[in-house]
Amino acid sequence: MMHGLRKWGMMTSVISEISALVGHVLSGGYTVQITVNVNGTAQTSDVEPRQLLVHYVRETLGLTGTNVGCDTSSCGACTLHVNGQSTKSCTMLAVQADGQSVTTIEGIAKGDELHPMQKAFMENHGLQCGYCTPGMVMAAIGILDENPKPTEDEVRVALEGNLCRCTGYHNIVKSILACANG
Amino acid sequence: MIPAAFDYKRASSAEEAISLIAQAGDEAKFLAGGHSLLPLMKLRLAAPSLLIDIGRISDLSYVRESGDHVAIGALTRHTEVENSPVLLQHVPLLAHAAGHVGDPAVRHRGTIGGSIAHADAASDLPATTLALGATYVVQGPNGRRNIAATDFYTGFLENAMDADEMLVEIQVPKMNGAGWSFQKFNRRAQDWAIVGVAAWRRGTDSGVALVNMGSTPILASSVASAIKSGASVADAAQQAVAEADPQGDLNASVEYRTHLAKVLVRRALEESTK
Repeated sequence: MMHGLRKWGMMTSVISEISALVGHVLSGGYTVQITVNVNGTAQTSDVEPRQLLVHYVRETLGLTGTNVGCDTSSCGACTLHVNGQSTKSCTMLAVQADGQSVTTIEGIAKGDELHPMQKAFMENHGLQCGYCTPGMVMAAIGILDENPKPTEDEVRVALEGNLCRCTGYHNIVKSILACANG
Repeated sequence: MIPAAFDYKRASSAEEAISLIAQAGDEAKFLAGGHSLLPLMKLRLAAPSLLIDIGRISDLSYVRESGDHVAIGALTRHTEVENSPVLLQHVPLLAHAAGHVGDPAVRHRGTIGGSIAHADAASDLPATTLALGATYVVQGPNGRRNIAATDFYTGFLENAMDADEMLVEIQVPKMNGAGWSFQKFNRRAQDWAIVGVAAWRRGTDSGVALVNMGSTPILASSVASAIKSGASVADAAQQAVAEADPQGDLNASVEYRTHLAKVLVRRALEESTK
C-alpha cells in the first residue's frame, strides 16, 4: 500500500512537473529579478524562484569553481559565503540571496596572489582529487573567521559539514592550522 | 535536484506574511532559513505552490531576558542561539543543543522557529525546548496566542498551529543553575541523532525529553515522576521509554533504540545531578 501510494505520488509529481514545465515554456517562465553582490560586483539576473544558489553561481554567472556534491546539504562541496558566513549553496534559493553579498572560491584571491588559505592548502598538500577543495577552503576561511586560533580538535569538529571522499582530512586539517599560525 | 516550480513572495513583517498565507490557503508554506523545507522540496516530499519568504523579518531575530524566561524570536539562527550570552547564562542547555544542529554552515542559515515549526522528532531543538517546558507564541489574523510545547507536537511533522498562523517567539524558562545534559548519539558527526536526550535537574525537579524516539519529540514524564518520588538515577532511567514509540530504520532497530534511550537517559541524569 505504502509502496503503491509512493509510486502514485511520484507519478503525480512527474505529471505536475511536466505540466509546470509546459506552463513555463508557454508563459516564458515565471522569473524574479534579483541583484546579488558576487565577489564584489553587483549582478542583476532574472531567475526562477526554484533556482538553487549553487546553480545560480555556476550556470547563470558561469562561476563553476563551486561544486555540487551530494546535493543534500551533507557534503559541503557547494560551500560559499553569504554575508561572510559559510553556507551550503545547494540548500539556499538564489532569490534568498537577493540584496545579499556572496563570495565564491573565485573571489578570494587578490589577482595572482592566492588567499592565505589557498596557499596553505597548496603548501600542505591539503587535497587529493580536489573535488571537495573549493568547499573545504571556503569552510576553512569561515572557521578561522569565527575562531582565529583553533586547536586541532576544534578544526576537526568545525569541519564536520565537509566531506572528503579521498579521506584526506589529515592534510586538510594541517593546512587550516598552518594558515591559522602562518 | 531542483524543487518543483512555485511562486515566491517576500514578506517584510509577520502581519504581511500572515495576510499572504491567509489569501493563499494551505498550498503555501513559510520559508525561513530553508534548511528543513528545501531538502523536502528537492525530494518532492513537499511541493508548495507558493513560498512566502519570512527570512528577512529582522524584528523576529532576537534573544532577550523577560522576567522568569528568555524570549527568542522565531527567526533567530542556530548560530545566534548557540552563542547568545543571555542563553549561555540562563538556558545553557538550549545554547549547547543549538550547537549540535547539523554543522556550522547549516547553523548559519537554519532558524530555531523553522526547526520547531517543522516539528521533526529527529531534530534537536523541538525535544530540547520540550524538556525545558517552553511556550511557543504563534500569531494569526486575530493576534497572538500561546501554545505549550507539551501541546504543540501533534503527529509526524505536524503541529498545533492553524494554517494561517506563524510561530513568532519561543519562551524558555530560565534554568536558574539547574544541572543539565544533552546526549546525542549518531554515527557521523553532522547527522541527526539516532537517539538523543535533553535533560535538566534541580533536586527532585527535572525535565527529560527524547529525540527520535517516536513520531513526535517525546517528553519522558515517567522519568521525571520517578526522580520526583526519590528514585535513583539508574531506576528512573528504566522508565525512559514509557512514553516513547520508536520505529526501526536503517540505523537502528526498535530494540536498539529502546536500549540506547535507557542508557542515554541514565547518562544524562548522571550529568545533570550535582
